[in-house]
Amino acid sequence: MKRGLTFLANTALLAGLAGALAIWVALPWYGIAALALLFALWMALARRGRQAASVTAVGISTLGQRLGSSAVIVIGIAGVVGVLVALLAMGEGYSEELRKTGSTETAIVLRGGSDAEVTSSLDRDSIIAITQEKGIARDAQGRPIASPELVVAASLPLAGGGPDDIGSVQMRGVGEQAWALRPGIKIIAGRRFRPGTRELIVGKSAQGQFAGLRVGSRVLLGNQPWSVVGVFASGDAMESEIWADADVVAGIYHRGSGRTSVGVRLVSPQAFDTFKAALQSDPRLQVTASTTLDYYSKQSQGTAKVIRVIGLTVGTIMAIGAIFGALNCMFAAVAARAREIATLRAIGFRGLPVVVGVMLETMLLALCGGLLGGLVAWLMFNGYSASTLAANAVGKLSFEFAVTPALLWSGLKWALAIGFIGGLFPALRAARLPVATALREL
Amino acid sequence: MKYLHLIWAALFRRKTRTLLTVISIITAFLLFGMLDAVRTSFANIGKNANGAERLQTGSRLSFIETLPQSLYARIGRLPGVKAVAYANWFGGAYQDPHNQIFSFAVSPNYLDLYPEVQVSAAARQAFAATRTGVLVGAQLARKFHWKVGDALPLQSTIFPNHEGSKDWQFQIVGIMRPKDSGGQFFNGSVLLHWKYFDETTPYNHGTVGWYVTRVTDVNQADRVAKAIDALSANSDHETLTQTEQAATANWIKQLANVGLIVGSIMGAVFFTLMLLAGNTMMQAVRERTSELAVLKTIGFSNRSVLAMVLAESVLLLLIGGMIGLGLATVLLPVVSAGSGGALNLPPVNAGSWLLGIGLMIAIGVLVGALPALRAMRLNIVDALAGR
Repeated sequence: MKRGLTFLANTALLAGLAGALAIWVALPWYGIAALALLFALWMALARRGRQAASVTAVGISTLGQRLGSSAVIVIGIAGVVGVLVALLAMGEGYSEELRKTGSTETAIVLRGGSDAEVTSSLDRDSIIAITQEKGIARDAQGRPIASPELVVAASLPLAGGGPDDIGSVQMRGVGEQAWALRPGIKIIAGRRFRPGTRELIVGKSAQGQFAGLRVGSRVLLGNQPWSVVGVFASGDAMESEIWADADVVAGIYHRGSGRTSVGVRLVSPQAFDTFKAALQSDPRLQVTASTTLDYYSKQSQGTAKVIRVIGLTVGTIMAIGAIFGALNCMFAAVAARAREIATLRAIGFRGLPVVVGVMLETMLLALCGGLLGGLVAWLMFNGYSASTLAANAVGKLSFEFAVTPALLWSGLKWALAIGFIGGLFPALRAARLPVATALREL
Repeated sequence: MKYLHLIWAALFRRKTRTLLTVISIITAFLLFGMLDAVRTSFANIGKNANGAERLQTGSRLSFIETLPQSLYARIGRLPGVKAVAYANWFGGAYQDPHNQIFSFAVSPNYLDLYPEVQVSAAARQAFAATRTGVLVGAQLARKFHWKVGDALPLQSTIFPNHEGSKDWQFQIVGIMRPKDSGGQFFNGSVLLHWKYFDETTPYNHGTVGWYVTRVTDVNQADRVAKAIDALSANSDHETLTQTEQAATANWIKQLANVGLIVGSIMGAVFFTLMLLAGNTMMQAVRERTSELAVLKTIGFSNRSVLAMVLAESVLLLLIGGMIGLGLATVLLPVVSAGSGGALNLPPVNAGSWLLGIGLMIAIGVLVGALPALRAMRLNIVDALAGR
């Protein structure tokens, strides 16, 4: 009978724990802040709360004697948070690099049904029709700010590799309005290419990834020698590309008058709907338009999701290991302090303050671990640059790991959740300890 | 060995603690098993015996440029070439343009170069006889419930047919099954006839995306590769020929540094694990001070006490590690199957097991060293007196 009851109680406890974790994951920061405030008030004002505070203080003051096992909790949780934050920062950096490439003020027009520039192609008539549509901003001379662009892949030797280490770079042939379309492009060395010549400018990241892209050097692309005349920076995915005049690229890569996409600057973000409607109602055209923000966000979705799933899987498995590590250490701590806890209970402290005391101690250690892990991840990986073959593109994309405050915050939430579970069971054991037996031990 | 029961008893002296530590070790080695499987699968792509005999020839300009089909006969005549085939990227999608499928337009003999793929003789015959026939991977067929004889509509994301529509109609004539992990790729692919493709789309003009060449002698592969590239040197379609192995290695290197990522995660995991197991062993030895002193009193030598504590920690690691790796071995195929072909994780191989067991013993010795030394240096009188 008693066994059955304990079993029921334990099952209820586990169910409650799962529920609490679900709420915890969903809780926004102000929810947690309110929770912490309520808890602090309880500890300061209520009688039980003050008892809990004093039990906690005693527990924390003895931490120094258990340095080894406390360190296990802190380092274990730091490991989980560090790996989790680093992996998620990789996904975040990748998405961020693409997301900031787009804006709501510019739009990209692709062939109908195409998802990406790589699979799109537009003929000359379509391009002329697109650039005449309503909603496109015009420059001082009254010309539409629209750049028909041609994206091709080009093979170049990788920086720091052998002669056979060839990588792929995305080469973008741009129209003359490309600069007005993307005012964020800054030439940081050399100058812009002259239209109609085999001159090209290279993005800052592309320059780092591939060999021989210095200003003034010559490279062989499409079997033709090109001269590198400038380096540009834009702080986004464009930096991984190399740019040249679209007509010249089309000639060398046998693309005739066809282009892959048209980039346009909109009169205002609200004008996108007008622009899109105009394209749709034009019987000459079968194209899809999206704001560049939408376009680039979508490009990153697949890869970002894969990285996220990997990060969460690895994080979960590590977290399970860390929970058992914490359980182990806290059970040992409770066992070592059995007499002390029994004394407290004997002089009138109730179960709740004892439970709260042990749990707070564990969660404090977990918090330290979370902060440490987050700090290490931030120091080691924030701004760490990596590159990959981007999905739906034809060249290497460089990006930087982004350890954002939001990621650090979710790392801390994980740490506290691990501390909560790791502290709960030892705390319950401490509270259930039969006073007389515990006092007689040793 | 004769002290095994003693070590075993010592290990389970505190059941809860040992159990909790073992679970932590299990999770660490479960993770190790999974990550190492991923790492080896990336490292092994293209490294099979068949892959070493195959050369890939693509455009030197970039991987999206095409080559003339006339190279086919010229490559075939080169000395050292056993067989040559070619293929084009078709870029098919099924039902929804976002649902892309690896689909290639291939020459009739393409599959002859891939002996690791199993296709029944009847299916090969049907493929040869059906202009619009396609061979589909077994995994794809399972996923979309395709059967031999079904009509298969595919949208090409790149090529329209002669009517200007991107909807192509095919007929499934056979299923491809990979014989080993080397042929895994074909499990999720669709092969169609290059001839049908070339005649139907107005945009291909008799070009091919890449050539695959099988050489007669692996040691001659480099020479043959150079000879193939020499065929089109200084033309407007220069080629770049690499062994399949080198080409894949290059591709993976561009994709991500898998080794570094896996290495860093495992570093963090094992560092934590060492602290944890080390702490457990320290506690275990500290608690048993008087028992160890008794052992020494009744004649156990310093060295055998040292060995027993070391053995205890190695045993702890081995129990947890073996269960963890075993779990990974069981779980990986389940995860692969559950993902419906999205993830193709290989099972944990013998190499991973060996590496894992090596790690278990190494970590066991490392975490046991300090407590074992402490146990060895124990002064009997002090220990018995509880000082």
